[in-house]
Amino acid sequence: MIWIFDLIILVFLVITAIISLQVKDLLSAAMILGVYSFLMCLLWSGMGAVDVAFTEAAVGAGVSAVFLISTVLRTSRRSSD
Amino acid sequence: MELLQSIADSFNYWIYIILMMIGLYALVAKNNLVKKLIGMSIFQTAIILFYVSIGYKDGATIPILYEHQAHHGHHDAGHGDAEDAHHDVEHAVEEAAKEIHAVAEDHADGHDAHADDHDTLVDSHDAHTSSAIHAEDFANPLVHVLMLTAIVVGVATLGVGLAITQKLYGEFGSIEESEIIEQIRTGK
Repeated sequence: MIWIFDLIILVFLVITAIISLQVKDLLSAAMILGVYSFLMCLLWSGMGAVDVAFTEAAVGAGVSAVFLISTVLRTSRRSSD
Repeated sequence: MELLQSIADSFNYWIYIILMMIGLYALVAKNNLVKKLIGMSIFQTAIILFYVSIGYKDGATIPILYEHQAHHGHHDAGHGDAEDAHHDVEHAVEEAAKEIHAVAEDHADGHDAHADDHDTLVDSHDAHTSSAIHAEDFANPLVHVLMLTAIVVGVATLGVGLAITQKLYGEFGSIEESEIIEQIRTGK
């Protein structure tokens, strides 16, 4: 894997992880976690783990985002921290 | 300086640890229950990333065999005429390569080192054409299979956590941990 590509994705991973934990709106947090999952999927396909990558794309970015959004809609959208 | 160099050489491992610690921090320190579960998700994916990176090799490709490689692997299995002809051609090419090699050796009399270099080069080439499957050409698929299970388990735990969060919201009308603890302590 090209190391500069690797480094850029890893830096964006850390940034999206921090933002999704710092943002006050839980719906935005769920969407940014979807972005995080997609970046993780790119990284894994670069490492030659294609099966893990498309499971993550379907399950991490798809199903868990749907779970989080449905929970946010059924409870409250604001977060105190 | 050496410490800095060693950090720069394995920067990816440092970033995995940073991601893991971000997730652990959220799991412990965040007040909102959904934020805690997002932190748990980040923690899990960081561990999976660490394991997948262990299975990666430099210059390796995805662990899938192409058709011609599979034929090399099962040399004894029955082949059609066309495939036999293909193997014959390949054999002839190998023979030709060996002849060229012999001629080259004759020419390089005084240069032993150079001849040796050429020898190993041709040998590796021969090995590559005669038996096509090498473990070092493919990423290790064992960790991929294990981590595939871990991803599914991670989504299951996230689903259970979110279901409990919804039940707690129905009970206490809040998803903030401090408010829930306060209501329990005062007996509503």
